[in-house]
Amino acid sequence: MTTGSRGDIWFKLLATEDVVAQNKMASVRVAKGSIGDENCWFLAVRPDPDNLYPRARNGEVGLLEGWGLAEAIEDIMSVAVDSTTKEPIVAIVDVPSQAYGRREEALGIHQALAGAVSAYARARLAGHPVIALLVGKAMSGGFLAHGYQANRIVALADPGVQVHAMGKSAAARITLRTEEELDHLAKKIPPMAYDMESYESLGMLDDLIRIGSVDSPGQDDINIVKQTVGKAIADIGKGDTGIARRLNGANRKASQRVRELMRAQWRD
Amino acid sequence: MSVPQAKGFIDFNARKRISSLLDPGSMRELVSPFDRITSPWLEKQNVVPQFDDGVVVAKGQMDGQPVVCAAIEGSFQGGSLGEVGGAKIAGLLELAIEETRGGNPTCAVLLFETGGVRLQEANLGLGAIAEIQSAIMELRELQPVVGVITGPVGCFGGMSITAGLCSYLVMTREGRLGLNGPQVIEQEAGADEYDSRDKDLIWGLTGGIQRHATGLVDVLLDDDSSAMRDQICDFLNRGVRECHRSDQVSQFLSILQKVDTDEQITAEDAFNILTRGNFDAS
Repeated sequence: MTTGSRGDIWFKLLATEDVVAQNKMASVRVAKGSIGDENCWFLAVRPDPDNLYPRARNGEVGLLEGWGLAEAIEDIMSVAVDSTTKEPIVAIVDVPSQAYGRREEALGIHQALAGAVSAYARARLAGHPVIALLVGKAMSGGFLAHGYQANRIVALADPGVQVHAMGKSAAARITLRTEEELDHLAKKIPPMAYDMESYESLGMLDDLIRIGSVDSPGQDDINIVKQTVGKAIADIGKGDTGIARRLNGANRKASQRVRELMRAQWRD
Repeated sequence: MSVPQAKGFIDFNARKRISSLLDPGSMRELVSPFDRITSPWLEKQNVVPQFDDGVVVAKGQMDGQPVVCAAIEGSFQGGSLGEVGGAKIAGLLELAIEETRGGNPTCAVLLFETGGVRLQEANLGLGAIAEIQSAIMELRELQPVVGVITGPVGCFGGMSITAGLCSYLVMTREGRLGLNGPQVIEQEAGADEYDSRDKDLIWGLTGGIQRHATGLVDVLLDDDSSAMRDQICDFLNRGVRECHRSDQVSQFLSILQKVDTDEQITAEDAFNILTRGNFDAS
């Protein structure tokens, strides 16, 4: 049995050459590795019980993590700036939330997360294939900062893999509902759901990966994940730097309709 | 002779805010309430939808220059972003990018009045915010994107991150800017961490005066619509920003790694910490 967070487990399985020692913080991990014949970079946010900021010790994306991701991505881009090959970046996503705290608000956590969003988007627009691999929670501001700017989003099919604007227990407390009531509501309203099948119906997920075990994967499981990530990278053609493909979901008709109508009215 | 009275911006609704900024007669609302594109999700949850989904988008001109402008209506569902409202803002920015690339430079003005993602449309709101952010990242390299936060709702949640991507940010003292709303922080971290009833604490940390003093926004304005208009025109004329605030990575990181986190922070501490660095103020 492998121990550690989901993000940690998959980071260790996929990354080969850990460059964490060069980084200034234990909560943002950067490593080189390969998918197929291709060298690529892996990024993860992980729990750090000694994090300088107490409200960001459980893997939340906080002040240091937002700016730390930005720094890591800028380093990757600066290595590649003169070369014609833009190495792929794989964000291993297991983020329970953004950090909730007084210091975070006081020191501009929104700006720190904007730093990460900007870096990921710049990498994508510069031609780095960016893949988000969801192996655990992908919550709210945490996901916006770490993964949501990717060219492709793929996820492991598992109840522990969830996407949402707010963690389930927090959402239940805020909306004065029970978690069971939230689950019941989500069955009728796909964007309210936490599960990956519902999320897939929104059009934002490119692949849902079914493997034997997410927490203690065997070699076959690891191979399937690597193949799927490799397929996603290979699918990104030159100049394919946008994210408009996300609009094609069965449960996203209104998002398309608004754009079509606006385009028609633009020239009128 | 009477002195002309300053016209407040904050009391205007979203549509009026846009029309007060654009050159007279130039405003063309797109996907307007007459098109009746309402949220497909609210009625299923017994919430009455609105014909504009709480977001007004328009094209027009400022000082004769082509501009797109989006305003979120704070009085509808707390200014929350759902599928339709989010698509309106993202779609508008995407058209501004196309227009600019096609030879007609078009800048953008975003009037934030939002609590962030609409929880009733959770993942479609969050996904739309990622698309708005992506569009800003493309447009801001071509044309300025100006963000405005005046209150009363302020700018929170995923949209506060969006604000952090803008080329230039304007606030009034009545505005607040923060990632997490006070009640959510109190709920998650306890009242000792963040007492949502302590207005002095919250305004001291996230209000316009503090955000401007600490360099997280570019300008603090009085609540005056003509001053707002002049300021936005000034930013639009400055053009594309050389180093965006979101990209001042090493400056922020070097400061934030040295913070003493044994004691809880005050507004004064935050000011001292954030102004110690040498941030590009404009």
